[in-house]
Amino acid sequence: MKPAQPLLRVTALSKHFPIHSRGFFSRQVGTVRAVDDVSFDVAPGETLGLVGESGCGKTTAARTILRALRPTSGRVEFALADRCVDLAALPERALKALRPRMQMIFQDPFSSLNPRMTVGAIVGEPLVIHRMARGRELEDRVVDVLRRVGLKGEHRSRYPHAFSGGQRQRIGIARALIMNPALVVCDEAVSALDVSVQAQVINLLEDLQDELKLTYIFVAHDLGVVRHISRRVAVMYAGRIVELAPTEAVFKGALHPYTRALVSAVPYPDPDVRMNFRLAGEVADPAHLPQGCAFHPRCPDRHAPCDKVRPDLRPLADGRRVACHLHHKP
Amino acid sequence: MADNGDILLEVRGLRTSFFLDEGEVRAVDGATFSIRRGRILAIVGESGCGKSVTAYSVLRLIQPPGRIVGGRIVLYPRGRPPIDITALGEKSETLYDVRGGRISMIFQEPMTSLSPVHSVGNQICEAVLLHQPVARREAEARAVAMLGRVGIPGPEERLRQYPHELSGGMRQRVVIAMALACNPELLIADEPTTALDMTIQAQVLALIRTLQSDLGTSVLLITHDLGVVAQTAADVAVMYLGRIVEEAPVRALLKDPRHPYAMGLLQSLPSLSQGRARLPSIPGSVPALTEIPPGCPFHPRCPYMQAGRCDTGGPPDLREVAPDRLAACLRAEEIHT
Repeated sequence: MKPAQPLLRVTALSKHFPIHSRGFFSRQVGTVRAVDDVSFDVAPGETLGLVGESGCGKTTAARTILRALRPTSGRVEFALADRCVDLAALPERALKALRPRMQMIFQDPFSSLNPRMTVGAIVGEPLVIHRMARGRELEDRVVDVLRRVGLKGEHRSRYPHAFSGGQRQRIGIARALIMNPALVVCDEAVSALDVSVQAQVINLLEDLQDELKLTYIFVAHDLGVVRHISRRVAVMYAGRIVELAPTEAVFKGALHPYTRALVSAVPYPDPDVRMNFRLAGEVADPAHLPQGCAFHPRCPDRHAPCDKVRPDLRPLADGRRVACHLHHKP
Repeated sequence: MADNGDILLEVRGLRTSFFLDEGEVRAVDGATFSIRRGRILAIVGESGCGKSVTAYSVLRLIQPPGRIVGGRIVLYPRGRPPIDITALGEKSETLYDVRGGRISMIFQEPMTSLSPVHSVGNQICEAVLLHQPVARREAEARAVAMLGRVGIPGPEERLRQYPHELSGGMRQRVVIAMALACNPELLIADEPTTALDMTIQAQVLALIRTLQSDLGTSVLLITHDLGVVAQTAADVAVMYLGRIVEEAPVRALLKDPRHPYAMGLLQSLPSLSQGRARLPSIPGSVPALTEIPPGCPFHPRCPYMQAGRCDTGGPPDLREVAPDRLAACLRAEEIHT
């Protein structure tokens, strides 16, 4: 099933932020482990869902992979045509040359577009920055990518305020795609859109993936959208991946107690499928994580080792990965 | 739809407009619905459809340049004469009695209704003292009881805490406690879980359901999420461009929608289809409120549009298309299979 060569291999990636005390003689008093020991592969042409609740580290993980943030430790191997590079260790200059290969689509179509720039300037800017096209060719490529995302060539002389939320999201997609990226990180890319428009944009993302052989990391909190768009899903809790498995396996029989709770919290638009959510308490504070498994204080299945030994994410016989003592003997 | 004794709030032909430099914006343009006693009615629709403006209109909270320009909102309190909310004076005693007393409201963002500089206890007590003839001691006891009821651990200690010391989910619970402290007959909840995480949303929805069935309060739930509707409401009204286009009991509407817009909304939900089938989507986008199409406002996006019939005249009336079911579509019976 899995091809020999993944496009992206993330190994033991961590991003920690120091907490400083106030005052002149400020010193470090703690650490937020926003992303902690995260590992996964993404195959070319695949969509990997990255889900979790606010503060679980999914966006920080995505940004660290793209080196918008410098990782504290770990490796991010990215496959190019002829070789493989470790993005985590690359100097800035070498990184810039690779930037066109990986792009990001943001959540809020209202704040991610500069209101003072025309759509043509916004979409064409990456080509200008990387000196990849200018003049006539730049113009042609902008028009071409606008058509691809379902807008019109003449839209390039207008400003973002003239567009609806769904159209603005298309502009954001066009800006990401004009560089011909291999990897696109969609960070809550459809979360701010209304249902009818959301469906259009999801369809567009899937069409573009097929046409352009794109690989997506789809960061989202909405499990319904993730179930639709991704074949595999990684569930994060308190900075770590707790389960990584095919999407349908997660929905039909999740292994980790947190994943089970998360799936049971999805409000299905069907009154005969009753939500059966029983988890008490709230998400762990990443600055004060409990010992052992971060989920153990809320876990209905906690037992002897859970408050002392932190479970690692390890594969089962069927290839699903889970970080839970129920499934692995410590 | 139901016997009159059964109805708590009746809204007929409500029109609320905002008078801007560009002209009149008809945010609510003839909305008609009713809320039954002891039941949850959800109004569902996409952004800009007028669902929140409808809720604000019921409490007479519309500020200039907005104004209610037509229609009637009537509350039928148990054992008392009906109150025509639209006819009340801005400073009338009855309006104060209705607002926060008989009808209370919770918002998407809990900090909208919480003061950052007063303790949680003081804020709940204030609401009680304002509307009920009780002493401070009694009000405090009621605040503790309410906080316990909404599932806040250690309510006596929480009373002295300030909102910033609480998490988002806890704040929303405090707001619910505050809203229910005066035993209102109707609770209006405007996107109460939209700002919350999935698991916290599940907890708050379960809480609203439990409290509703324990206290018998009617609820008007404003939401964009059909999942929330299915899991919470008994009745549902779908809104599009300022009008209710379909109203029915929740199971009937979600299983067998009669208005093409409701059909389109349900089909475009990703969670219903497994795997990567193409999502059916509603073509086009919601037009601006200043450019509402003639005839049926949905006709330019409707797959069942019939030229010469759907695109001329005024908007179709909300009418009974089957027992206990209302829809505003000329072709509702023809297109129903």
